[in-house]
Amino acid sequence: MNVNILFFASLREALGVSSESLALPANVVSTGDLRDHLAARGEPWSVLAATKNLRVAVNQQMVGLDAAIKAGDEVAFFPPVTGG
Amino acid sequence: MSVSVQEADFDVGAEIAALSAGREDVGAVASFVGLVRADKAAMEKLGDGDTAPNDATAVQAMTLEHYPGMTEKALDAIVAQAHGRWDVFGVRVIHRVGRLLPGDRIVFVAVASAHRGDAFAACEFIMDYLKTQAPFWKKEETPAGGNWVDARESDNEAAERWAPGQKSVRS
Repeated sequence: MNVNILFFASLREALGVSSESLALPANVVSTGDLRDHLAARGEPWSVLAATKNLRVAVNQQMVGLDAAIKAGDEVAFFPPVTGG
Repeated sequence: MSVSVQEADFDVGAEIAALSAGREDVGAVASFVGLVRADKAAMEKLGDGDTAPNDATAVQAMTLEHYPGMTEKALDAIVAQAHGRWDVFGVRVIHRVGRLLPGDRIVFVAVASAHRGDAFAACEFIMDYLKTQAPFWKKEETPAGGNWVDARESDNEAAERWAPGQKSVRS
């Protein structure tokens, strides 16, 4: 089972991808772990570590970077929202 | 249907009228309409001492991106919180997505209640929370290129006024 990862707005543009499916490595158990795992790929993925106030949602609920994740989850990374 | 995310424009008068149609207990409908402003980037850049001409940074259009699915859930949750905090009869939230031009409507919030106090407060609460909780992102088009709008700390402060224990502006 994989996690489905989504990227939005400036992150989506910087990464050149809006989603990917990833088999969760055993040492990735939180949203912060996943962020670090992706950022470790190097450019352009390091933008995930460099983004100030990076926001993350798990299964469409805003959570912190310490939230647990498991196979089957939808995890979204995005910059602070600017609607309204 | 209290929440809509759509590309199409909306009819403010019809939406306001619908909140009290067929009922006699509504004493107040408070509403807010957000519009695309042409001069945002220009004003902010000039405010920093940048002398770039207005026409180079003036917003020619704005594209609203969102997170389909989560957006509706987030707006529903905000509306539910408003219902829990104030005596409101009905709420309508419309947020447009896609490419919009200066002067276009972006967002509409209206709240029906028996009295204006609850209607005003709930309307302002919904807008403040929408600004910080609902997954929308604005990208401006200017003659100098496109740029993603930065989140504003003042928006966070506006939302924090409504946190439990904080004194809200109109309660």
